Amino acid sequence: MDRAATAAKIAELIEPFNKKGVALTDASTFAGDLEWDSLTVMDFVAAIEDEFDIIISMNQQAEIETYGQLIDAVTKLQG
Amino acid sequence: MTDLFSKFDPLIQQRETLLATGVTDPFNLVMERVISPTQAICNGRETILLGTYNYMGMTFDPDVIAAGKQALDDFGSGTTGSRVLNGTYAGHRLCEEALKEFYGMEHAMVFSTGYQANLGIISTMAGKGDYIVLDIDSHASIWDGCKMGDAEVVPFKHNDIEAMEKRLKRIPEGAGKLVVLEGVYSMLGDIAPLKDMIKVAKDNGAMVLVDEAHSMGFIGPNGRGVAEEQGCLDDVDFVIGTFSKSVGTVGGFCVSNHPKFEILRLVCRPYVFTASLPPSVVHTAATSIRKLMHAGNKRAHLWENSRTLHKGLTDRGFQLGTKEPQSAIISVIMPDLERGAMMWEALLREGLYVNLARPPATPAGMTLLRCSLCAEHSAEQVQTIIGMFERAGKAVGII
Repeated sequence: MDRAATAAKIAELIEPFNKKGVALTDASTFAGDLEWDSLTVMDFVAAIEDEFDIIISMNQQAEIETYGQLIDAVTKLQG
Repeated sequence: MTDLFSKFDPLIQQRETLLATGVTDPFNLVMERVISPTQAICNGRETILLGTYNYMGMTFDPDVIAAGKQALDDFGSGTTGSRVLNGTYAGHRLCEEALKEFYGMEHAMVFSTGYQANLGIISTMAGKGDYIVLDIDSHASIWDGCKMGDAEVVPFKHNDIEAMEKRLKRIPEGAGKLVVLEGVYSMLGDIAPLKDMIKVAKDNGAMVLVDEAHSMGFIGPNGRGVAEEQGCLDDVDFVIGTFSKSVGTVGGFCVSNHPKFEILRLVCRPYVFTASLPPSVVHTAATSIRKLMHAGNKRAHLWENSRTLHKGLTDRGFQLGTKEPQSAIISVIMPDLERGAMMWEALLREGLYVNLARPPATPAGMTLLRCSLCAEHSAEQVQTIIGMFERAGKAVGII
């Protein structure tokens, strides 16, 4: 799946977690803009992992702060 | 200059707001005098202890106390050294022998605390390029062990076998895998379906570590824990445990059947770079562990207490962490931190001590009043406790 298709799928998955309806750009942050706590992050990561059949380890998660970084990481992890 | 303390401002604020309501600080209680495993003097009042992890009531056992006093006389107050240098005394060996017998395993390694046992074994066993797959509700010592090592850390939803399996299957071929589970999860007092989880872990080529801190001494026919109860202890590569719960003192351990296990004594930093336990502690622990091997009646009474309290609180309308009693921990769910603290204080005034547990220690942001029963609680004490809960719950408006 290329970056655009990955981004579209992630946008779909993020919907139920984006309770405040924040408009997303590549620079949007999960902790700041979306105001997610660690539990929400955990549930969202599980949803992404299961959709794309990948692992995003805690070590990798620590480096993903923005929506754009997540799309890049998932695109790459699909190999 | 940036004040490095500023990151704690939200917590400082939350504490100030809570204490401004006039509630007693729940995290600053002093046990002024301890009368027995189930009673102490707190704030000048005689109090029933229902939040101590002293499951088997061994802290005042006459044989245990005598062993500790004798060790103080014979070996002095401390070892002043590491286990691998001058800090292994006869008592440390006695303790490891007692553990091997207790669990029926080949190897045992005694650490200075249970926290260090998890920290040491997890960070040493899973190295760079390896994967740790762990339950999201794992204890802080497990998470800290993951953080200290160089392995990739992959959590899964609490007790979710399918979520664990999916993650194991996605790990690159050839990578080392360590699955970390607990027998009893101490916040809600629920147990893990270890038999099924360990089978999935083994089928996927993982080694398995199980923390049995909250089950040792009373779960399983010989008190070896949840893995023994479910008939899968032989498939566990590492059992982690503690002396600070059923054993009744302080210290931690790992038991294993792995033929290369002893090398860990040289490579496990939280084992090497700290002073060993004092002689009095290891002699009390060894004596207590041996007595726990023959504590069938106490185990049965503890289970009775757990069932009675669970039913009593359920009947009075409290919301509990588990539908049926699964361990010696009965967790009462509070609507929020403020009412949790009020209820905690109301119970203390009744003469009952329980643990107030709050995030980040608790799952899903819950505030809990955590009750841990003791084999030394009498049936009358349990009835008294239920009455105290009822009065306090009505006074605070929780039931």
